[in-house]
Amino acid sequence: MHELALCEAIVETVTRQADGKRVDRVDVRIGYFRQVVSDSLLFSWELLTEGTELAGCALVIDHVPAIVECRVCGSRTTLAVPILMCEACASSDVALLCGEEFLIASIDRAREVS
Amino acid sequence: MGRFHRHADGTVHEHEHEHDQDHRDVGDHSGYTDTGTDRVVVLETILAENDRTADRNRGDFENAGVVTVNLMSSPGAGKTTLLKRTIGALAGRTRLGILEGDIATSLDADELSGLGVPVSLINTSAGFGGECHLDATMVRSGLGRLPLGDLDLLIIENVGNLVCPAEFDVGQHARAMVYAVTEGEEKPLKYPVMFRACDIVVVNKIDLIPHLDFELDRFIANVRAVNPVAQLVQLSARTGDGIAQWCDWLLELRAECAVAASDRS
Repeated sequence: MHELALCEAIVETVTRQADGKRVDRVDVRIGYFRQVVSDSLLFSWELLTEGTELAGCALVIDHVPAIVECRVCGSRTTLAVPILMCEACASSDVALLCGEEFLIASIDRAREVS
Repeated sequence: MGRFHRHADGTVHEHEHEHDQDHRDVGDHSGYTDTGTDRVVVLETILAENDRTADRNRGDFENAGVVTVNLMSSPGAGKTTLLKRTIGALAGRTRLGILEGDIATSLDADELSGLGVPVSLINTSAGFGGECHLDATMVRSGLGRLPLGDLDLLIIENVGNLVCPAEFDVGQHARAMVYAVTEGEEKPLKYPVMFRACDIVVVNKIDLIPHLDFELDRFIANVRAVNPVAQLVQLSARTGDGIAQWCDWLLELRAECAVAASDRS
């Protein structure tokens, strides 16, 4: 539902970073603990870039899983459900190592202004 | 869930991969290495612009000595009823203001106006069919209509929605959510982003528990599974039961932030 607003923010940043050059590809990193629907994000991207200098530019979504590290036994668990718990010892005293990312990682930008 | 990507030729595909492996498969597809492009590392949060505006809002609140709470919930959980109760309970104890976000209509703002506190309405319908959340810029647009210098506490009533508002910092000092017992026990696991974002979960409509199959303990365990540190308050905005605890939390927050502000100066 908020994917369009998020996409507007991506377009804004990419346009600034493009510096007037062609951009072929944008890589974003989105963590498990973000409620972003990929299809909606890609649909919004198409809608917003159509007819602009970013038309045809690929948006690549890298989904980052949520991994927790147990403070009791030290094990690492990749969460299958959003419950902060160690798979090995069932402790809920865990630290979230990743899974909350919400980044524009990189852009593939033409070397020359075309 | 997989990885989708759309290429310059319009094709879209998706694939799974582990986070720690670099599957950015540039070599798998022609067109990248030979088109004279460089990969430019950006590593900027998607919400950077919103976050900058949120920081400006927070700066303005702090300069005016106002502590701000972002109040979120699903539609119908009881935010507006809770606010009416809160206005009554805090009268004479702190100077409260309300920023009211709604997709359309001024129904909620109308209900709160005339109760002796300043209310500013932001309709989000200017967006694409109405934004489902408040962002920092929308909140900023509503600030001019509030006498910030005359307030101690500002409550921002967000748009009723359990997903989108959680993602947007609007410049608040704390996030609170209202949760009605009629929503069932499992929502913390279905909407973990919202429950993780909150500093306090206000469990509302507890007067209805005798008529429902709602298991409070199970709900609390589910909240704890995604957010071990959030405070929990149980109340009924309808009967007023438990309102004092919620107001105490607001006043404590106000006092804590005031101490933090005087430490900074």
